[in-house]
Amino acid sequence: MGKIVRKTNSSTGGPVFVDVDVEANGGKGKIVRIYPMDFVDEDPVAWELEARGKTYRPPRKTTYTCYTAGFKAMVHSKRRILYPLKRIGFDVNGDRNVEGRGKWEGGDPLYPGYERISWDEALDIVANEMMRIKREHGPGAIVAEPSSHHMWGNVGYRHSTLFRFMNVAGITYADHNPDSWEGWHWGAIHSWGFTGGLGNPEQWDLFEDCMKHSTMIVFWSSDPETNAGIYSAYESNIRRKWLKEMGIKMVFIDPYFNHTAVLFADKWFSPRIGTDAALAAAIAYVWVTEDLYDKEYVAEKVYGFEEFKAYLLGETDGTPKSSEWGEAETGIPAHDIRALAREWAKNKTQLAAGGLGGWGGACRGPTGMEWTRMMIALAAMQGLGKPGSNMWSTTQGMPTDYYFYFPGYAEGGISGDCDNSAAGITLVNRMFDGINSRPVPSNLNVPQAQFMPRFKIPECWIDGHYEWRGKGFVGAAIEQQFMKYKYPADGYPRFQMYYKYGGPHIGTMGATNRYVKMYNSPLMPMVVFQAIWFEGETQFGDIILPACTNFERWDISEFANCAGYIPASYTQCNSRVISLQMKCVEPEGESKSDYQIFRELSQRLGIEGPFTEGKDELGWVKQLFYATDLPKIITWEKFLEKGYVVVPPNPTRHKSPAFRWFAEGYEQDVPMAGAFRPCDMVQCKTLQTQSGKIELVSNSLKRFDASLVAQGLEPDETRPPLTQYIKPWTGWHYEDTEKYPLAVLSPHPRFSFHTMGDGKDAFMNDIKDHRVRVDGHDYWIIRINTKDAEARGIKEGDLVKAYNDRGAVILAAQVTERVPAGTCHSYESSAEYQPIGKPGESPDRGGCVNILSSSQFIGKHTSGMATEHYRVQVEKWEGGLN
Amino acid sequence: MAKKKYLVIDVALCHDCNNCFIACKDEHVMNSWLPYIDEQPRHGHRWMNIERTERGQYPRVSANFLPKPCQHCAEPKCKEAFDESVTVREDGIVLIDAEKAKGNKELLDSCPYDAIWYNEEKGVPQKCTFCAHILDGQAGASICSTRCAHSCPTEAITYHDLDEAEFEKLKAAEGLERYKPEESPDGLVWYKNLYRFTKHFIAGGFLKDGECAEGVKVTLKGVDVPEQTTNYFGDFWFDGLAPGAYTIVADGQDIMDVTLTESVNVGNIAL
Repeated sequence: MGKIVRKTNSSTGGPVFVDVDVEANGGKGKIVRIYPMDFVDEDPVAWELEARGKTYRPPRKTTYTCYTAGFKAMVHSKRRILYPLKRIGFDVNGDRNVEGRGKWEGGDPLYPGYERISWDEALDIVANEMMRIKREHGPGAIVAEPSSHHMWGNVGYRHSTLFRFMNVAGITYADHNPDSWEGWHWGAIHSWGFTGGLGNPEQWDLFEDCMKHSTMIVFWSSDPETNAGIYSAYESNIRRKWLKEMGIKMVFIDPYFNHTAVLFADKWFSPRIGTDAALAAAIAYVWVTEDLYDKEYVAEKVYGFEEFKAYLLGETDGTPKSSEWGEAETGIPAHDIRALAREWAKNKTQLAAGGLGGWGGACRGPTGMEWTRMMIALAAMQGLGKPGSNMWSTTQGMPTDYYFYFPGYAEGGISGDCDNSAAGITLVNRMFDGINSRPVPSNLNVPQAQFMPRFKIPECWIDGHYEWRGKGFVGAAIEQQFMKYKYPADGYPRFQMYYKYGGPHIGTMGATNRYVKMYNSPLMPMVVFQAIWFEGETQFGDIILPACTNFERWDISEFANCAGYIPASYTQCNSRVISLQMKCVEPEGESKSDYQIFRELSQRLGIEGPFTEGKDELGWVKQLFYATDLPKIITWEKFLEKGYVVVPPNPTRHKSPAFRWFAEGYEQDVPMAGAFRPCDMVQCKTLQTQSGKIELVSNSLKRFDASLVAQGLEPDETRPPLTQYIKPWTGWHYEDTEKYPLAVLSPHPRFSFHTMGDGKDAFMNDIKDHRVRVDGHDYWIIRINTKDAEARGIKEGDLVKAYNDRGAVILAAQVTERVPAGTCHSYESSAEYQPIGKPGESPDRGGCVNILSSSQFIGKHTSGMATEHYRVQVEKWEGGLN
Repeated sequence: MAKKKYLVIDVALCHDCNNCFIACKDEHVMNSWLPYIDEQPRHGHRWMNIERTERGQYPRVSANFLPKPCQHCAEPKCKEAFDESVTVREDGIVLIDAEKAKGNKELLDSCPYDAIWYNEEKGVPQKCTFCAHILDGQAGASICSTRCAHSCPTEAITYHDLDEAEFEKLKAAEGLERYKPEESPDGLVWYKNLYRFTKHFIAGGFLKDGECAEGVKVTLKGVDVPEQTTNYFGDFWFDGLAPGAYTIVADGQDIMDVTLTESVNVGNIAL
């Protein structure tokens, strides 16, 4: 071992210290170890809280996740792309040979189907083609599409470096749908607004509210020990321990006996997949019939309650939503539904709807919109915002200093793109003086130009035409999601180049054999991949440019701070920790940072000046440092040396528990919310809805239905104005339940972040609950109930085929009682796609279970995905594998 | 008195996050810490081996995990079998000598905990070193703990540097046990709430007039356990039971006989 130097970095799973052998690999360096940060004496204690006779303080250490702990194996991995590649048979000046994509024969033994080329050749091909396309086809013919979580850091993130390059180079975008918000975004927004959180509720100061006042938490589709809220590793574990020690009751509702339930559940309920809204209706029925709700609050704060009540009582549809009805629909015994409803009403209860305060797998399923709207109805009926009664998932709302400014990645970093990031709220004003440094807006990736929705990329490329509503994350106003778009946009050309940044969609979208088949479409003449690992979709590129990880370049970021549509997301952490992401080692092989790749492309495109402004990445890091409040507490020089800083406490900060203003009827005193969208408010005392109240009958949906009817169309039966249960199209009432009797739950994964951490020859593949090694191959896991396994002759560890009309995936069975009979569980987000025959038409043994989920939108007039649930048959795999 | 190093592992706090397993690989894969230990192969070894057991039946289930490194036995069976290849240090850490144990696959069979792994590439048996290279300050690390304990987010694994009297106090206060004490009653790795992995439960719920029966006094015949009062779902849950014959008693009435072989959810019982 050579000289070891401790550096700092960060990740989707927490900030870290990185011990680097700086002499290894001929001075390029080698990561020795990656570990959580222990604070030292000079690091401040971020807060102190007195509650029920005890004093609580944050731990003197950060937490991290396993996929951050194991990052070394992803940096130093044989799956890295070490040099630029060209697909054999691809001739940019002649036959593109698109049918050759996915053949993987001959060529470089490390990258079958490809040949090694120089950086100069690769960049010349791409840049020349970009210029040709602009001249021969016009603007909007080059489209870029990143993965959700390429890497971490405010400078290198997709909203920052990629958007700056795209906007300078004239590239448009395949918009991301909010795949973790869907039900809140398309549903809850119509009940209470909160467009600034895409429908998720505000969470300010709710830790203190719960610690002081609550006596019960209902975790509904909420598993913070798995999903961490988001990015905050295990920061919230200690809160649940504290609350449990206080005797707070904890009930879990989730089809799977999740990992948070493993530690904390007093009781676990597993509703039939997709019936969560029915369970909620049955609970509300008990409250209405037994007089267990806050009538005064409802009268004053809720719009449409009488209509909702009539629905519950069956006055409008002839079906009372009694606990017996609830049992028939959800499979949960009527006596348990009544006991839960009564105990909930008796206590001061926090409804942990989803793992973040919002979100939750139930919102990503076909009935996600109904579930979120029902969650709001339940919270409202129990006096949402009164002390101890709120919607809080134990993950956000820590009492750190909200007024200390440091941006999250969604604030656009070096792009200053106010249309496609949250740059316009604060950062753009502090980052760019407009003379020496300028933001770069887009003239293509805007509602008035051409773009496409991520979930329908294959339709656009294969069919060459698609129409939809809503542009990406629609957060400016409630009604914006009704806007209609089409590809190609009038007067714009068809796409000629697909510039792909990471390759995860086969593992993360829906009905994903679509994404495989797309690559053989004659309408797709050129595919460029800029990627770190040879995996997933990357194996379908024509030109592959090797990028590097954020451990191989400079950046700057804060623990769990994405901001944007999760305002103050750093309040998930026990302390605010901001870190310099040091370049720990030189990039592997010939790989380069995304910024450097774009810089070299911009040189060829003649746009280097506006792209770089003469700065390298560290130059941008420094500019961003001075755009924040960091200089108030640390010098640039000390920050460079120490690598991290803990934000000090703000003991005089005004405390403003979420929804208290609403419950008590005073002007919003929470940071940002009201000030963010004052145009939708009346006197800043009300919600963003038309009535200013919680709308159980939604005025925005009424208006939308009226506009449909005026055009001679049917009202939207998939999203009616009245909050209600709609039988799920993947549920036990529908689809072909005899052919495909098992319902699968596919939540966001535990041992990777989307695809980051899976595959890649990484350590995580060895985790017993992540993949199972059979004959040298690591198979993805499906969890199946003991009875269902026995009926199919399936034993623990057996290879099975899960299939439906959309495709087939070969998986390893885990036989368990953590799901009831009839329900299976398999995380989404495999990084590996390994078809055993023709790509797109043969079973995948990589583990992309999203091959089996649907491409249907969550609602008829939305563009949200609903891939959390689908139905399959499972049988023992008897086929060969080679 | 010389201090010893200890790992205390609380089974009730472990939910299988695998930070310990990955941190162990991070420390040892691609890093040689000779003379302590050579590199761990990239895949296949589990020096921290997390064992899973599920108890009960839907919906009354319990998922339990036992992070199982080398138990650093006071009188190791591996040393008994191959005295020259194994060292027990003064602080209790058991190390395999990479030179002397070279090629010795039989060392694996001597361990009653299956905690030794064979590195085919290096031709040497390997196992958890208690991160001795870090604790000895030989690893250029800014921590003083084992990597598994340092990475654990729930404090299921904690590292302790204690003299014998201090440890005895901790052991008594926390009810610490050795896993499979019949194999090795003493060593450096100790478990809390081990019953969750090794023992069984009887759980169920009572109904009265079709409603969950809260406040029912429940006890078991056949074992000395504290009386329980059913919660708002009418539920009771007796854990830590050995196999045997039990009778569930509710409000003084014998309700049901249970022959316990493994954990059982007896379901909902109408009173």
